[in-house]
Amino acid sequence: MAFEGLSERLQAALQKLRGKGKVTEADVKAAMREVRLALLEADVNFKVVKEFVDRVRERAVGQEVLKSLTPGQQVIKVVNEELTRLMGGEQSKLTFAQRPPTVIMMVGLQGAGKTTTTGKLARLLKKQNRKPLLVAGDVYRPAAIRQLQVLGEQVGVPVFSMGDKESPVRIAAEGVARAKEEGCDVVLIDTAGRLHVDEAMMEELRKIREEVQPHEILLVVDAMTGQDAVNVAENFHRELGLTGVVLTKLDGDTRGGAALSVKAVTDCPIKFVGMGEKLDSLEPFHPERMASRILGM
Amino acid sequence: LRRNKIDEELFEELEEILISADVGVSTTMELVDRLRQEVKERKIQDPAELQPLMSEILLEMMKTDDVTPSLAMNNEGLTVILFVGVNGVGKTTTIGKLAHKLKSQGKKVVLAAGDTFRAGAIEQLETWGERVGVDVIKHQAGADPAAVVYDGIQAAKSRGADVLLCDTAGRLHSKVNLMEELKKVYRVVQREVPGAPHEVLLVLDATTGQNALQQAKTFSQAVNVSGIVLTKLDGTAKGGIVIAIRNELDLPVKWVGLGEKMEDLQEFDAEQFVHGLFGQSRLMEEAE
Ligand SMILES: Nc1nc2c(ncn2[C@@H]2O[C@H](COP(=O)(O)OP(=O)(O)OP(=O)(O)O)[C@@H](O)[C@H]2O)c(=O)[nH]1
Ligand SMILES: Nc1nc2c(ncn2[C@@H]2O[C@H](COP(=O)(O)OP(=O)(O)OP(=O)(O)O)[C@@H](O)[C@H]2O)c(=O)[nH]1
Ligand SMILES: [K+]
Ligand SMILES: [Mg+2]
Ligand SMILES: [Mg+2]
Repeated sequence: MAFEGLSERLQAALQKLRGKGKVTEADVKAAMREVRLALLEADVNFKVVKEFVDRVRERAVGQEVLKSLTPGQQVIKVVNEELTRLMGGEQSKLTFAQRPPTVIMMVGLQGAGKTTTTGKLARLLKKQNRKPLLVAGDVYRPAAIRQLQVLGEQVGVPVFSMGDKESPVRIAAEGVARAKEEGCDVVLIDTAGRLHVDEAMMEELRKIREEVQPHEILLVVDAMTGQDAVNVAENFHRELGLTGVVLTKLDGDTRGGAALSVKAVTDCPIKFVGMGEKLDSLEPFHPERMASRILGM
Repeated sequence: LRRNKIDEELFEELEEILISADVGVSTTMELVDRLRQEVKERKIQDPAELQPLMSEILLEMMKTDDVTPSLAMNNEGLTVILFVGVNGVGKTTTIGKLAHKLKSQGKKVVLAAGDTFRAGAIEQLETWGERVGVDVIKHQAGADPAAVVYDGIQAAKSRGADVLLCDTAGRLHSKVNLMEELKKVYRVVQREVPGAPHEVLLVLDATTGQNALQQAKTFSQAVNVSGIVLTKLDGTAKGGIVIAIRNELDLPVKWVGLGEKMEDLQEFDAEQFVHGLFGQSRLMEEAE
């Protein structure tokens, strides 16, 4: 299970505080050193870790906590609260347009899982009795269109494509027009993977956004991403104004700390998590449940 | 601001640079401890010498010895190379790039479409085959990957090819049944060509964090990985996890991916890699 390793480490770090009748500042400091290591080993960005640990320490050494009847428990409670806050508080759902179609744009680095997630999301929406249309906006990757077509077939959702000779901006616009014609109420636009520092490719996404005015721009992030997750998320967010994040490949044994970093720097909610390669493995993300699970509460 | 003495803060700054490059906490601690020791032994006092010294230590570690080639070739006949790794790291693309490189060296190359699972994977490899101008051996989607690779070997032999590059489906190392499937492919290669596979290249995405260490461990146990291809180094990620992998498993990095085009594959250059780690850091500037 993802987050499991993090959970074990954090719980071990806090175990020493649990049930302690008296907790000193030194105890808190020692525990926080362990918490810091646990988060770093889970790939949470080191700046995010620093801020997190500082906040918890500050709150934890406050009078109310250390002088309380169950100081150990109180410190753990502070960690849990801050962790939940870091993960994004309440569950966040997709925003649908007042007047359909709802336009959703999938963006992210190469190989993050955009195309697969597009297929999964189409399946989910179809189950909710919506009528999605998939738009093949990746004209660069070899056989990207074919990949989306196969996924569309598998979930029984139509795919709009104009081949790989048209510009993705035009394809997106025509795709939305087609959705209107055919009475599709959600348009999912798959885009090519790109580096966040690739100016020309980022400009292309901005143009698509201007053209189709999406209701959701979802950044697809590989849960195994390391320290660079913050640079990626920051750039995509600054360029496009993201509305949410999808975390993929959480079915492995990654500790998934990138999730925390991405949330911290963009303040965008994690809306879904990918739990496998198959098309039925997309789940809504529940921050508070996840935080509690990590702390074993 | 130039510092005039080596203090704890300076070591901490180095630690941060390494951690933010995904080297990982324990390897970073180990490296910085070694640095402290060297500083003491060599009686170094100038802070400007710290970063170069760290680079020296890293370089010593990451350098491949002269007997390890970037690609072990079979001089007696067909060379078989297996590409393995988790989902989306760049296996198929790297095969395309390497095929291009080998072909331009005058080698006859054949590709085997061993990923029969992912949607569009076979067509993706075929497109690369067309681009580079090499044959692709394939079956239907959903076919047994071991059977595809078997056919790939027979076809490569009968066409007198020099090298067979075998694609495999991306799989998380933690999925036992998928790792078993990979072992089966490996066994077929072993059985059909004596001494093969001549390379088992584990493809790692430079943006990956600490999980890559686990990937390297598990794939090595399953199929005897011979080297690493570190992809997507054209981004801002440093790929420092390969240092931890070298430290713990002694697996060399052989190739790096620097883009999505045919030409964007280079032999690993330890010096360039280590230099890249310290990139635009302040310590680097101080040292220069
Ligand atoms: N295990 C696992 N694999 C996933 C998940 N999501 C996607 N994948 C796999 O990750 C790989 C890359 O997925 P794609 O959907 O092609 O990624 P992409 O972002 O569209 O890639 P580009 O278009 O090349 O940028 C494929 O092998 C997918 O099957 C997930 O949640 N779990
Ligand atoms: N920027 C950059 N992108 C790369 C590099 N290597 C591969 N890619 C891109 O990463 C994405 C995934 O590459 P693939 O070759 O499909 O990866 P894979 O490991 O075969 O993926 P699966 O078969 O789905 O597991 C594609 O969009 C590639 O173009 C690289 O060195 N740099
Ligand atoms: K990836
Ligand atoms: Mg894609
Ligand atoms: Mg592939």
